[in-house]
Amino acid sequence: MPTIDLATTPLRELNAALHRLKSSDEPWRVLNPRGQHSVAAGIDAPVTVEIDGHVGYYCAGMNKLATVVVNGNAGQGVAENMMSGQVRVRGDASQAAGATGCGGLLVIDGDASARCGIAMKGIDIVVKGSVGHLSAFMAQAGNLVILGNAGEAFGDSLYEANLYARGNVTSLGADCIEKPLTDEHKSVLVGLLGAAGVGNEVDVNSFRRYGSARKLYHFHIDNVGQY
Amino acid sequence: MCGIVGLFLKDAELESELGTLTRTMLRALCDRGPDSAGFAIYAAEIPGHVKLTLRAPSEFDWDRMLRQLAEVSGSPPHETIRSTHTVIAVPVDKEAAIRAEIERTVDVDIVGSGRRMEIFKEVGRPDRVAEQFGLAKMTGTHAIGHTRMATESAVTTDGAHPFTTGPDQCLVHNGSLSNHNTVRRELMHNGLFFRTENDTEVAAGFLTWKIHEGASLEQALDAFLSKLDGFYTFVVGTESGLGVLRDPIACKPAVMAETDRWVAFGTEYRALVDLPGVEHARVWEPEPARVYRWERH
Repeated sequence: MPTIDLATTPLRELNAALHRLKSSDEPWRVLNPRGQHSVAAGIDAPVTVEIDGHVGYYCAGMNKLATVVVNGNAGQGVAENMMSGQVRVRGDASQAAGATGCGGLLVIDGDASARCGIAMKGIDIVVKGSVGHLSAFMAQAGNLVILGNAGEAFGDSLYEANLYARGNVTSLGADCIEKPLTDEHKSVLVGLLGAAGVGNEVDVNSFRRYGSARKLYHFHIDNVGQY
Repeated sequence: MCGIVGLFLKDAELESELGTLTRTMLRALCDRGPDSAGFAIYAAEIPGHVKLTLRAPSEFDWDRMLRQLAEVSGSPPHETIRSTHTVIAVPVDKEAAIRAEIERTVDVDIVGSGRRMEIFKEVGRPDRVAEQFGLAKMTGTHAIGHTRMATESAVTTDGAHPFTTGPDQCLVHNGSLSNHNTVRRELMHNGLFFRTENDTEVAAGFLTWKIHEGASLEQALDAFLSKLDGFYTFVVGTESGLGVLRDPIACKPAVMAETDRWVAFGTEYRALVDLPGVEHARVWEPEPARVYRWERH
């Protein structure tokens, strides 16, 4: 198994090596990330990369096809703009986890702080803990599944992403409303919870669904005086 | 940008390493704030004495100044000269006379005072500033530090952090305040004096004012939330401990870690990676608009 120790190997060397891969049957292991930024960012190959320790900003950003596992906490913008593949954070994630993500699955075993899933565009995010304020702000597409609580202004200025929370939501943001949890949504939840490894532990009926009231992003003639 | 750090030791055995640990934390955040740097160390007190941190230009004749002060107080003050700064400890009953003498001396400023606080700041790369003052050899119970990338006011020693406006109190700030001119005018009206046009000095002044009015540190930090407009993560040092506060939208990054031996704050986790036992520390992001506080008992 290729093992890269970031205490002795420059980060750019690691990322350049990962960028050269077309595919790899062998998983890669990264040691001593020590909070460095952009660890394993920009991979475009079906490879598994496991990182032992806490990472800084933008870990696994722009990820395509790869599976990246962080055995620790992640700083801001983990898996930001992910295209496909899977990113898993075993600890907590800082702000803007999965920001602008277009596809793939981001699983956070702990909590995510503010702005989780901000401007998400098709990514699926499962947070086993809670998320901070302004999560799913301007979220356009994809699913954000939260097993714990959501902070203030959840789903503010939401477009067409689906939000699911099991715990308490401090407040809903502008144009975000609770919507019925239909069988179609339950089947999406079953799939995502299964992929996140908690399919047997969590009852999909315990979630509430939130979505856009669609009053903000369409022009409405009553608002003509506002422009 | 800017980087801030705070380290509070629970284990007295680490007190001899406070300076070394604080230096590694500051060094890790050089790229967040290469303009200037500063730190405050809460060192051992000398019973019956107050410490004054003095600052003067690099060619200043400290020996002459210290002889003058010895004449005023009747005995030479305890002194430690560190480059452009000198910390003197003077008997509490002589403080007023010593202050008056210093204020009469051109080129010397009192930049901090208290029973335990010693404060150092200068323009330049943070690792060089730490070297200049011999931070690695300093000892104490807790410390705060700052690496600056200036946005709100000039790159000068006065504009570097920490800012102090009261005994044993100081503050470092990551962010920028938008209503600092208004708040400064109010505080000046209440009799406070400001050395700079800097926004963070206003926050330090507001803290001093609230505590002067009878607020606890928690209450004073809580009052920040309604008074100050802008972005901020503050780490505040007092004689007995540290406080941390982030603005309600958590604009600036922050991470904390705690073990049985210490509690640490860093703008980024990179600042904490060389602390002893950090691999087993509880690491978390402080919540917005929540006051965190650690005190020695």
